[in-house]
Amino acid sequence: MKSGKFWAWVVFALGAAYFFIPLIATVEFSMRMRRGAYSFDAYKVVLGDPRFQATFGYSVLAAVFTIILGVLIVVPAAYWIRLRLPQLRPLVEFITLLPLVIPAIVIVFGYIRMYGSNSPLPFLASDTGTNALLVIGYATLSLPYMYRAVDTGLRTIDVRTLTEAAQILGAGWSTIITRVILPNVLIAVLSGAFLTFAIVIGEFTMASLLNRPAFGPYLQNIGANRAYEPAALAIIAFAITWGCMSLIQILSRFAPRSANRPN
Amino acid sequence: MRLPTQWFGVAPFFIFAIMFLILPTLYLMLGAFQNDAGEFTFENIAALAQPSIVAAYWISIKVSLASSLIGAFAGLAIAIAIVRGGLPEWIRSATLTFSGVASNFAGVPLAFAFIATLGRLGLATVILNTFFGLNIYAHGFNILSFWGLTLTYVYFQIPLMVVIIVPAIDGLKKEWGEAAATLGATMAQYWRMVVIPVIWPSFLGTVILLFANAFGAIATAYALTGSSLNIVPILLYAQIRGDVLHNAHLGYAIAFGMIFITGLANVFYIWFRTRSERWLK
Repeated sequence: MKSGKFWAWVVFALGAAYFFIPLIATVEFSMRMRRGAYSFDAYKVVLGDPRFQATFGYSVLAAVFTIILGVLIVVPAAYWIRLRLPQLRPLVEFITLLPLVIPAIVIVFGYIRMYGSNSPLPFLASDTGTNALLVIGYATLSLPYMYRAVDTGLRTIDVRTLTEAAQILGAGWSTIITRVILPNVLIAVLSGAFLTFAIVIGEFTMASLLNRPAFGPYLQNIGANRAYEPAALAIIAFAITWGCMSLIQILSRFAPRSANRPN
Repeated sequence: MRLPTQWFGVAPFFIFAIMFLILPTLYLMLGAFQNDAGEFTFENIAALAQPSIVAAYWISIKVSLASSLIGAFAGLAIAIAIVRGGLPEWIRSATLTFSGVASNFAGVPLAFAFIATLGRLGLATVILNTFFGLNIYAHGFNILSFWGLTLTYVYFQIPLMVVIIVPAIDGLKKEWGEAAATLGATMAQYWRMVVIPVIWPSFLGTVILLFANAFGAIATAYALTGSSLNIVPILLYAQIRGDVLHNAHLGYAIAFGMIFITGLANVFYIWFRTRSERWLK
């Protein structure tokens, strides 16, 4: 057992080295901009760049719309499957896993060919349409995470009893979903939302192929043309991801733990 | 008339999935088997056999396989170390939190981090050269190469494995180890006959997931190497942007090939899984 512990430390130390050296190196590199001294110049340049602000704002907005769209699609479906159509669960789970098998670049390629200006649904004919298509694409990417998060949340509440109680009190379907079910799975939905945010904020492939002024293509562009700014951007991106994951962890402490009656 | 209310909760989901996930993919699949006149043909698939495209698939498969296997075994080792290694509790929770972050730290910023580490002026490169006299670039290492890309992908592959496999290792009951010991099993027998069969399905499933994850990834590779490393997603990216292959249907065929490979990986997984489950009974 003693030697087991020793090897556990060795494995952990090797892993920690592999994961921390790039972070340290990136921080160090990002501070090398001024000759001969460490400084935060690269961060100042990046944060002061109007294109950074514009593309970052665009991606934040896209992420917010993605989350709204994802919730509108996933929550009713997951709820309905628990309540009425449990036989559809394997099919729906299979579909939500598809975005992990079909690469994003293939999905967006399909969009470009199917929803071009000459198609019956010309999403790509206008800027608004293309923005909508980007949000739709992001919603498909986040489908696996959103569905799993919401489904886990629903598992901890007694969907059937809550629904019947609401119906007896005279609530309609929209009231049941928005005022009974959603508040109960809010924490799960928010976990899915933050994960979606982390995925969407720096996404490159879809935004670039749809020619959207998003953060991902901006990052790529800076990477191709600058030396120190990319390192600063990498640290900023890491901090954003870290922030999203911390929020999920904090939220999970508020999540109801006991599964009531299994449905 | 009665509305089919039975379906109304799942209708948005299915309409969305069909319109924006299934139909676009099917459109490309069918396009891969059509010529410009819309007639059925195998020509596009046959045209994939040209050396530059085969080379792109081959390097993509190699990078995905190498990064998923390295990621899987390293991730498994770390998971076992933090769950079963007798390390302090805070290490376990810190590792899990960090893994959640690192598994989502991919794309363009990850490429920047590795350029800052192992690029020609990267910290690790410089330190190895100055203090250990080891010039890795003189020894043939290049961040813009197969191993450079693999090493970079491993950064999100390992944590993904850790996040998924830790619950499976948690599922190994302590009693099983004690029962095995009582029956006189050696440590090796306990591993071979208890641990591996229990972890095997989730381990293999995660390897497949890691493979697909790397196979479809483009942002990291594109930001890291530009178009100097010819992997399939970058080839497809160039094709979508500018029809570099001068044949729209060949683009469909490349997309078809990508789904075929990730799909095949999943078929293998299902096959292995049913086999291992049968064996567990």
